[in-house]
Amino acid sequence: MIKKKSIYPYLLVSPALLIILCVVFIPVANAIGMSFQHYDLRRPGEIGFCGLENYIQALTDKLFWHSLFKTVLWVVFGVGFQFLFGFILALLLNKSFRGRGVVRAVSLIPWVTPGVLIGLMWRWMYDGNYGVLNDLLQKFHIISQNIPFLSQTSSAFISVIVTIVWQGIPFFALMILAGLQGIPAELYEAADIDGATGIQKLFRVTIPSIKNTIYITMLLRIIWVANSVDIIFNMTGGGPAYSSQTLSVYIFNKANSLDLGYASAMAILLALALCSVAVPYLISTFRKEE
Amino acid sequence: MRDRKQLAKRIFTLYLPLVLILLFILFPFYWTFITSIKPEAELYGAATYWPRNITWDSYRKLFTTTLNFFSAMKNSFVVAASTTLVSLTASTLAAYAFSRYHFPGRKFMMSLFLSNNMFPTVLLLIPLYTLMRKMGLLYKPGALILSYTTFTLPFSVWLLNGFFNDLPMALEEAALVDGCNRRTAFFKIVLPILGPCLVATGVYIFMTSWNEYTFAVMFTNNATRTIPVALKSLIGQLGVQWDLLTAGGIITIIPVCIMFFFAQKRLVEGLTAGAVKG
Repeated sequence: MIKKKSIYPYLLVSPALLIILCVVFIPVANAIGMSFQHYDLRRPGEIGFCGLENYIQALTDKLFWHSLFKTVLWVVFGVGFQFLFGFILALLLNKSFRGRGVVRAVSLIPWVTPGVLIGLMWRWMYDGNYGVLNDLLQKFHIISQNIPFLSQTSSAFISVIVTIVWQGIPFFALMILAGLQGIPAELYEAADIDGATGIQKLFRVTIPSIKNTIYITMLLRIIWVANSVDIIFNMTGGGPAYSSQTLSVYIFNKANSLDLGYASAMAILLALALCSVAVPYLISTFRKEE
Repeated sequence: MRDRKQLAKRIFTLYLPLVLILLFILFPFYWTFITSIKPEAELYGAATYWPRNITWDSYRKLFTTTLNFFSAMKNSFVVAASTTLVSLTASTLAAYAFSRYHFPGRKFMMSLFLSNNMFPTVLLLIPLYTLMRKMGLLYKPGALILSYTTFTLPFSVWLLNGFFNDLPMALEEAALVDGCNRRTAFFKIVLPILGPCLVATGVYIFMTSWNEYTFAVMFTNNATRTIPVALKSLIGQLGVQWDLLTAGGIITIIPVCIMFFFAQKRLVEGLTAGAVKG
């Protein structure tokens, strides 16, 4: 690494830095400002400073707490099952068999599919009248009558969670697979000599060796899933009766209806909540830098 | 006897679970595809798992009627290609600086880039909307190019930084000894070697911009809308035109899938390197 004083590195970084400052940090500063104002574009006459009013409104808004609770469930179950199935897929792909390269590439397709399309594809499969899922479940005699998966409060949220799980499996599998491939074979040989069973090897060798990978992938995924809007928005729009409305969807709906002040205040609260998750990630990246 | 036991074990611990997971992952795509080639009458009736009559009507309709899917594809392409160019250039320069120079403020700047990923997209969406409106960029491709550049930058810098770090300094030092200066060494030695890595990063940027919806829906109008917005518009007040929508979906993912298959090996290497080394 070059240590002598030079202006070059600053010149090289400046384009990227400038773009980020303009498109992220100035808007965030703006959003903070907006969150202290009445800023409803439908009522332009009333725009003006209002102190903490938006925040107080959020904290006393039942729907805010409801959506926050849904966000927690969305993240816990969404990321949880993504991890579980991704881990299983990674263990399978780590074995050698014919056509492994093709299987790996093909199983990543959900990851490159647009969120809107994912939402709409699944919405079609969940369809209450002509959906393939109803047809399959009836063919296997699991249900006797069509279920309108996305239009009843008891099943809408579970249905969108299944979709986000489907979307996130490949990413987990990919990261964990790379972790698995980095485990030295000697560890398994030593475990074999000691007479360890398959399960013991999994919990005593495999998982401890890829702890870091799991940790970082989880953090990235949690932030990503908590912020994701497109899948829910395109499947249920947050309904019916707000049963599938996470906080990001609530904020997006508020922003769409142009109540920007209130939406900003809630977005900042969401950002603060995510910070508690993100800070360990930043710290761990820096430790790696040392 | 032992062979058969081995085979049975392999089926239950490998092939069977693998087939089940792959079925779960791939079935939605299969269903989307056969929906797009079924005639309308077959679509809304008893489900058929193998289309009886194949028709390409929905694909024809996408391009010949007022839907003007072609213009959405063009818009998406312009936005994604420009974003790739801008973001890749900026991130290559920044990653090179982070990897090769030790300068005051380096850590601070790196953390600035990383923290960029933490902000909820909805938090940026609102002020950017008003900002773009003031700058007169709203409903122009520039608004999307700028936004997408920003959220692909952190990850691209991270990926490229990893690729640069893996490239031994000795290579450039040798070039310096042979009479190159730092700039010619960068263009003649570093860039050609890292070519495939740059392509992989470019594919990531292109994919992200091609697929994005949340910003696209707020920053475009009928003339400038991109594919995801056009797809969503097929949901009308009278219901969804599933045949057109699935056909549009298939057309949308084909280009990114092709690009992804070529770039996936490098992309996966770069993506996982950072997380695994830690």
